[in-house]
Amino acid sequence: MIELEDIWRTYQLGDTTLHALAGIDETIQDGEHVAIMGPSGSGKSTLLNIIGLLDRPTRGTYRLDGRAVGGLDDDALAAIRRRGIGYVFQSYHLIERLDARGNVELPLILDGVAPRERRGRVEAALEAVGLAERADHRPSELSGGQRQRVAIARATILNPRVILADEPTGNLDSSSGEQVLALLEGFRARGLTLILVTHDPAVARRAERVIILRDGRVVRRMPGRELQDLERALAGE
Amino acid sequence: MRTLDLLRLSALSLLRQPRRSVLSLIGLAIGVAAVIILTAVGRGARTYVEQQFEVLGTHTLAILPGHSETTGGLPGFGGVPHDLTLEDARAVGRQIPGVLRLAPVVVANEECSAGGRSRRVVVVGTTAEYGAVRALRVRTGRFLSPGSWDESRPEVVLGKTLATELFPEGGALGQLVRVGGWRLRVIGVLARQGTTFGFDLDQVAFIPVRTAMTMFNKTSLFRVVLQSRAGSDMHLAEQRVRRLMIERHGEEDVTVATPEAIVDTLGGILDALTLALAGIAAISLLVAGIGIMNVMLVSVSERTAEIGLLKAIGANHRQVLALFLAEAAILSLAGGLLGLGVGLGLVKLLVTLAPTFPAAPPSWAILSALLLSLSTGVAFGWLPARRAVGLDPIAALAKEVL
Repeated sequence: MIELEDIWRTYQLGDTTLHALAGIDETIQDGEHVAIMGPSGSGKSTLLNIIGLLDRPTRGTYRLDGRAVGGLDDDALAAIRRRGIGYVFQSYHLIERLDARGNVELPLILDGVAPRERRGRVEAALEAVGLAERADHRPSELSGGQRQRVAIARATILNPRVILADEPTGNLDSSSGEQVLALLEGFRARGLTLILVTHDPAVARRAERVIILRDGRVVRRMPGRELQDLERALAGE
Repeated sequence: MRTLDLLRLSALSLLRQPRRSVLSLIGLAIGVAAVIILTAVGRGARTYVEQQFEVLGTHTLAILPGHSETTGGLPGFGGVPHDLTLEDARAVGRQIPGVLRLAPVVVANEECSAGGRSRRVVVVGTTAEYGAVRALRVRTGRFLSPGSWDESRPEVVLGKTLATELFPEGGALGQLVRVGGWRLRVIGVLARQGTTFGFDLDQVAFIPVRTAMTMFNKTSLFRVVLQSRAGSDMHLAEQRVRRLMIERHGEEDVTVATPEAIVDTLGGILDALTLALAGIAAISLLVAGIGIMNVMLVSVSERTAEIGLLKAIGANHRQVLALFLAEAAILSLAGGLLGLGVGLGLVKLLVTLAPTFPAAPPSWAILSALLLSLSTGVAFGWLPARRAVGLDPIAALAKEVL
């Protein structure tokens, strides 16, 4: 369970103080599917980075599964990122000099898993995203959708509790995007928490819950299926 | 993270830019090669000096007329107040304890001729003991006859080359040779002795000391060489000889030289020189280390996004640091090994070209050059690695290119 209590993230730009997040209170239950929306600069990526332990709030309390993470050291945070959280990025962030197998293997290597055990787990993870045949391909030899599926295999290989996806379909055409979303939703159906940041209402609509941010604050919470109504209402006004 | 995985990942990222990696380690390779070559030459010079002095025999001591003051000047030149006489030599033999053998030496250039062939060579007037002190090996016949120093005998011992030149058909033994106008009989031919201090012992004729002094019309000896019993204190012997000579001559007008002392002094100088040269070469390793640092800094800034990703998927600070330090270590070790190979190869080439020069790198130099290059790489890799650790993962991930 993710509990955010009065989370602020403040940047000092010269004389001006910029509040990327200005008091976020939010609880996300295990197994929830949440989409975070909002215009550029609304703080949605910052929020995702704080949830993903890549960034620390300036103020406020973040509890992950009941444990306040604010006081944890780098080792502990890295361990949570490695085993508890899977990150999926808009631009995939695959390492070009490693083939698909090598990219998926990285978290296992960082976790100190024995090579013998790694091989089977990597094959299984690639199989799960439908890329078992492409294991030897470099990222540049794969399509965008395939790259994102490799990235998903990498994000899920250590069986995290949470998947964080920052515009996972942002660089993909609609059919590849659909594949990627279906894949992510499949993991969620097996009990993982799925949190997406997106611009795309079609993506957000599939979420159980949508959180809309503006200027670092939550301006609206609604079930995903109601998003269409909102859009229509917004368009009509 | 396992060590093997760490090394494999680091090696893979070095192979990403193979040319740049190789270029960056060339500096280290040159530094290591320089250390190897310079210490090899230094060590070779020392061994060479030792070998040269070995010919003079162990526990030997030479008395030379003339005293070199601390202001310099070679002994044997300048004013020599007193002759170094056969009497002096005898007194040393009688009064200095522990003297095993003693030989007076006079030297001059004389014409040697036989059967219409003639050579101008160094003629050494000495006694039978000289052969033993200098460990001269005789090929045929014998060295100068033992007996009274004052006896002028018409005999000569030829160096090997000289014998061959005067008697190309062989059979020098028993023949007559005209030396400085004197007819002397060949009683022995030396085996090949080689060159010492640029002095070719194979081109020398040895004759009895009394014969030589009369022939050269000299009253002073060129020097007296003596050999002490094994285990005797050469320093003490040197002081006793000096005191005795002062007593006899009324002033210090001879120089007493022991080869061992000279070897020690010279060896010390050569060691210091070697160390200094190796130190200078080691400085070039530091310069090379800066080259490695430069390449690593470029690598870190090019791989910003990758570092951000590693952090996002759970690499801790230690792991990021280890990855970059391992890269620096691999680079510098490869550079060190390359330098070692080049250095040893060049030393081998040197030995092939100059076989008499015993160049060989001491093992401490090999070991310390490798260790130094490794630690240089890691030390200079530290800053770039720290920079990688300190990267903000969010800003790093914002870089699109991997």
